[in-house]
Amino acid sequence: MKHTLSVLLQNKPGALSRVTGLFSGRGFNIESLCVAETLDPKVSCLTLVTRGDNAIVEQITKQLHKLIDVIKVTDITEGEFVEREMVLIRVKAEANTRAEVLRVIDIFRGKVVDVSPTSYAVEITGSESKIKAVIDILRPIGIKEIIRTGTIAMPRAPKK
Amino acid sequence: MSKITGSQAIIKCLQEEGIDTIFGFPGGAVIDLYDELMDSDIRHILVRHEQGAVHAADGYARATGKVGVALLTSGPGATNGVTGIATAYLDSIPLVVLTGQVPRALIGNDAFQEVDIVGITRPCTKHNYLVKDPAELVSTIREAFYLAASGRPGPVLIDLPKDVIASMVSFPEKKPIKMQTYQPNLEPHPGQIEKACKAFLKAKRPVLYIGGGVILSNANKELTELAEKMSTPVTMTLMGLGGFPGTNPLSLGMLGMHGSYASNMAVAKSDLLIAVGARFDDRVTGRLDAFAPHAEIIHIDIDPTSISKNVSVDIPIVADCKHALLAMNSWLDNAKAFDAGAVADRHRPWLDQVKEWDDKHPLTYREEGDIIKPQYVIEVLNKLTGGDAIITTEVGQNQMWAAQFYKFNHPRRLLTSGGLGTMGYGLPAAIGAKLAFPDATVIDIAGDGSIQMNIQELATARQWGAPVKVAILNNNYLGMVRQWQELFYNKRYSATVMEVTPDFIELARAYGAVGLRAKTKDEVEPVIKEALATDNLVIMDFAISREEGVFPMVPAGKATTEMLLV
Repeated sequence: MKHTLSVLLQNKPGALSRVTGLFSGRGFNIESLCVAETLDPKVSCLTLVTRGDNAIVEQITKQLHKLIDVIKVTDITEGEFVEREMVLIRVKAEANTRAEVLRVIDIFRGKVVDVSPTSYAVEITGSESKIKAVIDILRPIGIKEIIRTGTIAMPRAPKK
Repeated sequence: MSKITGSQAIIKCLQEEGIDTIFGFPGGAVIDLYDELMDSDIRHILVRHEQGAVHAADGYARATGKVGVALLTSGPGATNGVTGIATAYLDSIPLVVLTGQVPRALIGNDAFQEVDIVGITRPCTKHNYLVKDPAELVSTIREAFYLAASGRPGPVLIDLPKDVIASMVSFPEKKPIKMQTYQPNLEPHPGQIEKACKAFLKAKRPVLYIGGGVILSNANKELTELAEKMSTPVTMTLMGLGGFPGTNPLSLGMLGMHGSYASNMAVAKSDLLIAVGARFDDRVTGRLDAFAPHAEIIHIDIDPTSISKNVSVDIPIVADCKHALLAMNSWLDNAKAFDAGAVADRHRPWLDQVKEWDDKHPLTYREEGDIIKPQYVIEVLNKLTGGDAIITTEVGQNQMWAAQFYKFNHPRRLLTSGGLGTMGYGLPAAIGAKLAFPDATVIDIAGDGSIQMNIQELATARQWGAPVKVAILNNNYLGMVRQWQELFYNKRYSATVMEVTPDFIELARAYGAVGLRAKTKDEVEPVIKEALATDNLVIMDFAISREEGVFPMVPAGKATTEMLLV
């Protein structure tokens, strides 16, 4: 099962490598990883997507927590949350397909960020399933390159 | 505030922590620090190889319970220490390892004797640091000592660039250390203690399964009280030996791959297993689904990652072993339902059953006339030292025979590389222990293979007045691997025959030590007596039966009840 973990860690040299080293050393898998500074510049937030049964994810969470540089670990998938990923796709756009590409992008509320005589680079933001959908639709037209950011996620604020 | 040099600050930090002995080997990157050491009252033990420095600091730490300190230079000095650091990490031993580093401006340049030791040791330290800002030197060292000794202890490495050591720093007063990201939980949750005690009172076939955590938290008294109060048999892991008296009638000895028959049977048939400071290692559990299949499991451990890592736990208690055992004892003392006499009566059939297993298959070996049996050597060592020596071991058969046949009645008497299984650990660790306790008898039980891995430390022992006794169980084999080859590889002894072994008597002489040899059984006792009577460093060379095996043995991947017996 897929789990999205949000890890707050001290913004120190080597801190990220402690996290990634833990995954490789213990044979856990990282599907995607995204890291940047938080409001407090001394703290980074790392969003990490991993797969495994509950026992494995529990072990991953505890092991992460044990790292001295790690402040907090939250399994975001345990509650309500929003997740987003951004993808840049360079897709073939020749005379006969340009209009089609633009229509698709429009449906997915994406935008064209680079244009060449034979291709568009488009930017799409959304959940993992939306990204998958747009890739599936563009693939027959001809995708030349894909760059993804990996997922970032945030728990939803309590309703009351 | 007046400033002092980095070297002076480092030494003041060590003194602040009560460190009087450190182990090390100098080099260019740490030469300033060594210069300063000359004027301090800290005793620096010059070893002959950096691995020896870290093992000696580790032996010092295990024997005393204090933090061990090693000082190594950059590059190869640091990498030679890595096996020692990993050894301490796997057994949760508190160490602070100081390594020199090239000056900050050269870091990343592949400079002479430069290595990224922080990167290399990241997975085998509790935490590590590269001090880039001299202003953080003092606080980093203080934090390192705090981390090494608190919670689940472990080695902490501090990499010190040469120019940081030489810089001028202020030395602020020490304040209690508070870390936002590290707050080990010592006190058990009262609700969990109640659950555990209630389960204990209901159990008909309980077993206490104790590990190194009992020794690290100095909880042997509390453990003994609980075991006796609850008339419950106790089995120990290799690291737990001495955590409960080996001669106590409730002791089952060691469990697991080379554990006693009674231990493994008791765990397999138990209805309640109380793990205290033990981590369900594969050498203990054997095939996981057959481990304690009928038991409810209580697990006391300070490290949450140990809980339910290998075996699913019913009642987890995250706490320091000592605090948790104190809480259990006091809960029972105050419980109306608890009556020690009634518990003893109720557990009588179980204790009888356990005794029956032990009588049926006790730890034993076959006599073979005049030939020296290694187990006999350990028995004589045990007898002549009253079971009260500090024993270090190398790794392999020597280690298992020592664990089986020496009866450890006190904690911190067995110093052995349990987790990593490091050959070459025993001699330097013995030196560390002897320097901590000059009046104690310290014996390294070794094999002819592993003693050669750090035999250069004999010179260290001589130079620093650490007259340890080395008992080599010499079979001219790498015996444990040979045993596996005999049992599981059709006796194909690939690379386990030590065709050339030094004459250990001549070797002892070369190092200025005493060499004693026993070739027959009746020579064993006189040799050991002589070794114990001399004040000098001694090597005893016992020509043991060459193809002796360690039994019982649970073949890897089998259930622990499927033991090969003598």
